[in-house]
Amino acid sequence: MTTEAAAPAGESRDEIGRARLRKEDARLVTGRTQWTDNIQLPGTLHLAFLRSPMAHARILRVDTAAAREQPGVVAVYSGRDFAHEQGSLPCAWPVSDDVVIPDHPPMAVNEVRYVGEAVACVVATDRYKAADALAAIEVDYQPLPAVLNMTEALAEGSAKVHETGNQAFTWTFAGGDIDAAFRDAPVVIDRTYVQQRLIPSAMEPRSVVATTDGDAYTLYSATQIPHILRVMLALTTGIPEHRLRVIAPDVGGGFGSKLQVTAEEVLVLLTARRLGRTIKWTESRSEGNLTVHHGRDQLQRVSLAAEENGRIRGLKVDLLADMGAYLMLVTPGVPLLGAFMYNGIYKMGAYDFRCTGVFTTKMPTDAYRGAGRPEATYAIERVMDELAAELGIDPIEVRRRNWIRAEEFPYTTIAGLTYDSGDYEAATARATDLFGYDELRAEQAARRERRDPVQLGIGVSTYTEMCGLAPSRVLGSLKYGAGGWEHADVRMLPTGKVEVVTGSSAHGQGHETAWSQIVADSLGVPFEDVSVLHGDTAVSPRGLDTYGSRSLTVGGIAVLRACEKVKEKARLVAAHLLEAAADDLEYAEGSVRVRGTGAGKTIQELALAVFAAHDLPDGVEPRLDAQATYDPENFSFPHGTHLCAVEVDTETGMSRIRSYVAVDDVGKVVNPLIVEGQVHGGLAQGIAQALFEEAVHDADGNLLTTTLADYLVPSAADLPDFVTDRTETPASGNPLGVKGVGEAGTIASTPAVVNAIVDALRPHGVRDVQMPCSPERVWRALNRADGGTA
Amino acid sequence: MPRITVTVDGIRYEEEVEPRLLLVHLLRDRLGRTGTPIGCDTSNCGACTVLLDGQSVKSCAVLAVQADGCDVLTVEGLASDGRWHPMQTAFHEEHALQCGYCTPGMIMAALDLLRENPTPSDEAIRTGLEGNLCRCTGYCNIVRAVHRGAQAMNGDGVSEEREVTA
Repeated sequence: MTTEAAAPAGESRDEIGRARLRKEDARLVTGRTQWTDNIQLPGTLHLAFLRSPMAHARILRVDTAAAREQPGVVAVYSGRDFAHEQGSLPCAWPVSDDVVIPDHPPMAVNEVRYVGEAVACVVATDRYKAADALAAIEVDYQPLPAVLNMTEALAEGSAKVHETGNQAFTWTFAGGDIDAAFRDAPVVIDRTYVQQRLIPSAMEPRSVVATTDGDAYTLYSATQIPHILRVMLALTTGIPEHRLRVIAPDVGGGFGSKLQVTAEEVLVLLTARRLGRTIKWTESRSEGNLTVHHGRDQLQRVSLAAEENGRIRGLKVDLLADMGAYLMLVTPGVPLLGAFMYNGIYKMGAYDFRCTGVFTTKMPTDAYRGAGRPEATYAIERVMDELAAELGIDPIEVRRRNWIRAEEFPYTTIAGLTYDSGDYEAATARATDLFGYDELRAEQAARRERRDPVQLGIGVSTYTEMCGLAPSRVLGSLKYGAGGWEHADVRMLPTGKVEVVTGSSAHGQGHETAWSQIVADSLGVPFEDVSVLHGDTAVSPRGLDTYGSRSLTVGGIAVLRACEKVKEKARLVAAHLLEAAADDLEYAEGSVRVRGTGAGKTIQELALAVFAAHDLPDGVEPRLDAQATYDPENFSFPHGTHLCAVEVDTETGMSRIRSYVAVDDVGKVVNPLIVEGQVHGGLAQGIAQALFEEAVHDADGNLLTTTLADYLVPSAADLPDFVTDRTETPASGNPLGVKGVGEAGTIASTPAVVNAIVDALRPHGVRDVQMPCSPERVWRALNRADGGTA
Repeated sequence: MPRITVTVDGIRYEEEVEPRLLLVHLLRDRLGRTGTPIGCDTSNCGACTVLLDGQSVKSCAVLAVQADGCDVLTVEGLASDGRWHPMQTAFHEEHALQCGYCTPGMIMAALDLLRENPTPSDEAIRTGLEGNLCRCTGYCNIVRAVHRGAQAMNGDGVSEEREVTA
């Protein structure tokens, strides 16, 4: 890694593409961060929730009298106390005409439908006293049957989660003639894969602070979506939008889990309104594992029809998606984001997708890093390996026979998306080189030959993903309740410094640094002279926040466009001051100059001149700033080839990743350091799904993995060093050529790892291991396959 | 209530505390030293790691009364004379943080690791930091940062400031 010195002021250097160290780090490495729980306003009261210990029950009685008498207690509320003002938590994505959106009270009133659902709360003078008083609340429950298994939930006569039944929605997509594709197909691969339920596990637990002056409200929350949250809280609570300010201070990771309008945010706000006091709630990790929305949890039935030569004829996907007990912000949309990705990077003549959303008595699922796309990619990449094994063709070769060739872009897929650019050959060639593919295959053959108890497996994953969520018209056609644009405001200050306001809301991604690089390049100002403001609806009133690898591809372009407008205005002012025709002026290296002469004005000089406003052209307002709102025309499509080598001890079932190579094509790169970091982190999360993580419930619906001792977020000791590299095929849909990188690693790595494990065990008759591929699961798969008893 | 005396980042405090008060809550809620965050309630994540008389502890698993008479060093006490500790610089330079929530604990744990092993291998770093979880970085750059910090602390490193004065 290189650390470069700053360019001297006035000298323009290419900032885009430089490994700039992050501006954000100073407060983070010194402990001067403003996490929500760090906010200590005078007179703050602390709120604690009493949560349901039952997966499904009728609430017969909540007695809060004794709790009110506890020391330090200010108030105790049950669901009935909020019943007439708490509204229903919003679902912004009613995906189909048949969707059922059950009433979702932030605090349960009559019935609880998952373990952890809030049934009462205590407000007290400190967090210990609030927690103490919870024990004095009495709740009588009448147990109802838990509904935990999706297939059983859809069966005739199943107990019901809601009166309307357990089906949340059905959704289908069809392209091409699927019957023809499967009729007389020489090869058909049928598989069922389980996407286990995951717990996103951002390191910062959720925290909310709400304060009011009696008229207006400010809500601080560890959220990814301050703008969406403000709108939704206004709609839910009736607090007028213009009297509500939402602030996302420093936010410690999200991964989709903080893309939500939570019960806790609503209830803390309502409590602040009721008491006229500042209220704080911070969850414990165990509370968070129960009640931060979960991810994945799908049952995938996949059929692939192919020719003898490995060419795909068609693909059928029948998906059951566990919604949990309610539909939260984008719960039903998550599996449908995958609907457009099951075909991956491959050409095929027919595709049939159907998805059924199912209610169970578990915590709702919602977006988790990749959101639908990792699930789809897992299924197609696993099946491609199965096809290769069935035909005895190398898994890379079978992919090559099917993927879209570089010269075929732009290419409209069977799922209806138009991939603008890509070069799968180049990424795969680079990956196989770095990996030493042929050597590892030779070693694998030798280990197989000598029946080595430690077998070597090689996993391939060639993925693409749709990023840059999203063109508003596409979201509209999918019944999503909002748009997908992003907003930016670029302001020249009188002293020549630049203030950038972005509607993207970073929580670790490094926007302050990357946006500074874009602005420095565009305006020709020093990187250090740019400051980026975000995450506060009073400072940044317009925005649609950060998720879906959208920040750079949508928000970054908005910043760039605002810069273009600033430059245009600077040109008008300069033309006036220089007494030149605007057409004779050019903007270069931070100055507007008359072509062919030395005469010119720097942007800093123009900023001061505009501020003074003594001599401006007619009709030009005295401010050198501009706003831009950018709505993309298309998604972007990063892609890449990941290769994983795993050693599997066939005696113990233990798997160890020996090497992992990721070659990603994320288009043009603004900051390679940040991109590499995103890939590393994504890999860790995808590998964690393959090997370690699973939310486990017992037969009564109790979550057993409530702590980080049970839910195995990997440590440094559990993961290998990664080899990462890039190919660069610029996106054609935006002026920066960028594609997005936030989810790539997570999407690609899960199938790479499981393909490697299955590849290691294939000679033993194993063709699948259910995730997470724990030593026990691997051992059982081996022993079943060998005919032994598991 | 027990009365304790504890020195935090060089400042001596006398506090009356409930016996059950956790050290991390003393630091954050009573003393306003919020640089040390809390990531879990079972001492698995390590975000709240501080040095207690020079040894790393998870401050969510230590009672404030146990720190009576002790010296506590948090991430907020590392910089001196306006200069970051070499390990803070190393985390910055190696891009060893993204959201930064685990960073205070990670840095303090790294310092304890180096106290016992000033020139650790990759494997020793990975094993030594096993009790500190990061969800963002995948750990590669954290391992690099600990090497870089170790070199700087051992005097054979090249930090930016030293490069200028050397």
